[in-house]
Amino acid sequence: MDTRKVGGEKMKHIKTLNTQTLNHTVKKGGCGECQTSCQSACKTSCTVGNQTCEHKK
Amino acid sequence: MIHQYQNNGYYIVLDVNSGSVHVVDKPAYEIIEILEKENPHHTEQTLRNPDTLYRLKKCLQERYPEEEIKEILGAVAELTKAGQLFTKDIYEEYIGEVKKRKTVVKALCLHIAHDCNLACRYCFAEEGEYHGRKALMSYEVGKKALDFLVENSGNRRNLEVDFFGGEPLMNWEVVKQLVAYGRELEKSHDKHFRFTLTTNGVLLNEEVQEFLNREMDNVVLSLDGRKEVNDKMRPFRNGKGSYDLIVPKFQRLADSRNQEKYYIRGTFTRENLDFSKDVLHFSKLGFEQISIEPVVGEDTDPYAIQKEDLPQIFAEYDRLARIMVEREKAGKGFTFFHFMLDLEGGPCVAKRLSGCGSGTEYLAVTPWGDLYPCHQFVGNEEFLMGNVEDGITRPEIAEEFRGCSVYSKEKCRSCFARFYCSGGCMANSYKFHHTIQDTYEVSCEMERKRVECAIMIKAALADYEERKMEKHEEK
Repeated sequence: MDTRKVGGEKMKHIKTLNTQTLNHTVKKGGCGECQTSCQSACKTSCTVGNQTCEHKK
Repeated sequence: MIHQYQNNGYYIVLDVNSGSVHVVDKPAYEIIEILEKENPHHTEQTLRNPDTLYRLKKCLQERYPEEEIKEILGAVAELTKAGQLFTKDIYEEYIGEVKKRKTVVKALCLHIAHDCNLACRYCFAEEGEYHGRKALMSYEVGKKALDFLVENSGNRRNLEVDFFGGEPLMNWEVVKQLVAYGRELEKSHDKHFRFTLTTNGVLLNEEVQEFLNREMDNVVLSLDGRKEVNDKMRPFRNGKGSYDLIVPKFQRLADSRNQEKYYIRGTFTRENLDFSKDVLHFSKLGFEQISIEPVVGEDTDPYAIQKEDLPQIFAEYDRLARIMVEREKAGKGFTFFHFMLDLEGGPCVAKRLSGCGSGTEYLAVTPWGDLYPCHQFVGNEEFLMGNVEDGITRPEIAEEFRGCSVYSKEKCRSCFARFYCSGGCMANSYKFHHTIQDTYEVSCEMERKRVECAIMIKAALADYEERKMEKHEEK
């Protein structure tokens, strides 16, 4: 996984693990083709955050 | 909103609204904490204001050199400018738009058999019978259910059908016939069915295995872990344990699926709060796709998780997360369903805000064709929504479920994990509060802990990769 280098320099104090932010998915998201969460392996909890986007498979 | 915590030696900062995860050192951790406390709405401008530096210096009482504080403050301002720290929650209006969209039915949980050959003590379906009578779904009812799904799925191409129970293999011929019928519907309606099946494995044999491998996108294999744990909670009706019969069958099935597209799925209860041992037991048995989740029981059930069990459960999740990091480093990793997290390519905001889809996109069908918001509501007449013959006859129930989101639940608004659980399980909320608009706090606490552990695993593995690279560069 890449860690972000702020300002092009390697940051001593803060390493960011992800470059994609949630708000980027506002415009193109919501197609609804993804799996329903309870169809995977939970059935008694709610685990939406660990589902996969259909377009990134 | 910022959530920060320490785990396994890592200082972790989660910018909740952007989903950005930052691994920081101690001075940065403290500085971000002070900044968030003094103004959770900081902007790049307020952070670059000389007064902010002055106040920070005062708060830190010369514990860090001024240059270091300046450097960190600069980095924080930079990340804030990039939309990765101090981001606002801009989704409340958006969820209104998403919820207004016409929803289609895209998944059915087919209760193919309200009967079971085990008598699990914690079964929410009451030994498969769901507070009602024993029954098997007929092919005719199943066909109508698939027709209902196709008719109500709009332009949605991927449709999901889970064969559930009770024990689905007790009605195996109908499962096979319905899969064949689904394949016909795919051709005539340009759809794609993803079939899944949840089984206790008692009736699993070679013929079943071959069919499952050919037709099922996923299979969920129910087993609780160590023999003594499993056999106490998952006995046959005569009281005998089920472990010895089932384990070899599941091992064969998992291997025949190349250790993919399945989950070995257990339930932990108050009687095995040391459940990390059960996860590791699964791994020792050769399983690579593992899920163990907390039981949901009445407070009066002796096996139900109680609030006072949480510290031990948290310690177990921490232990499991640390072990998983070490196993991954050693090339012997395995998947734990509740720690799965894709920081770069997880679900879109619309999905995260809409919840699990029960009552709208996802419905459960009883053996006689009644429709319920999900499998956990089956048997509760208050939630009977219609049937496969007449369709949805009580649309107000669907509307109530559609109205649920992280913004409709007060407790979710201040929770850092709201974009990971999407407001939690509505069936759990109903069970404990008699409304689907609440949350089940014990479950929320565990979910928050799991999110923290899942992020820590990402941090630890990124750290490991970085160190490896550095060593490589030194050479």
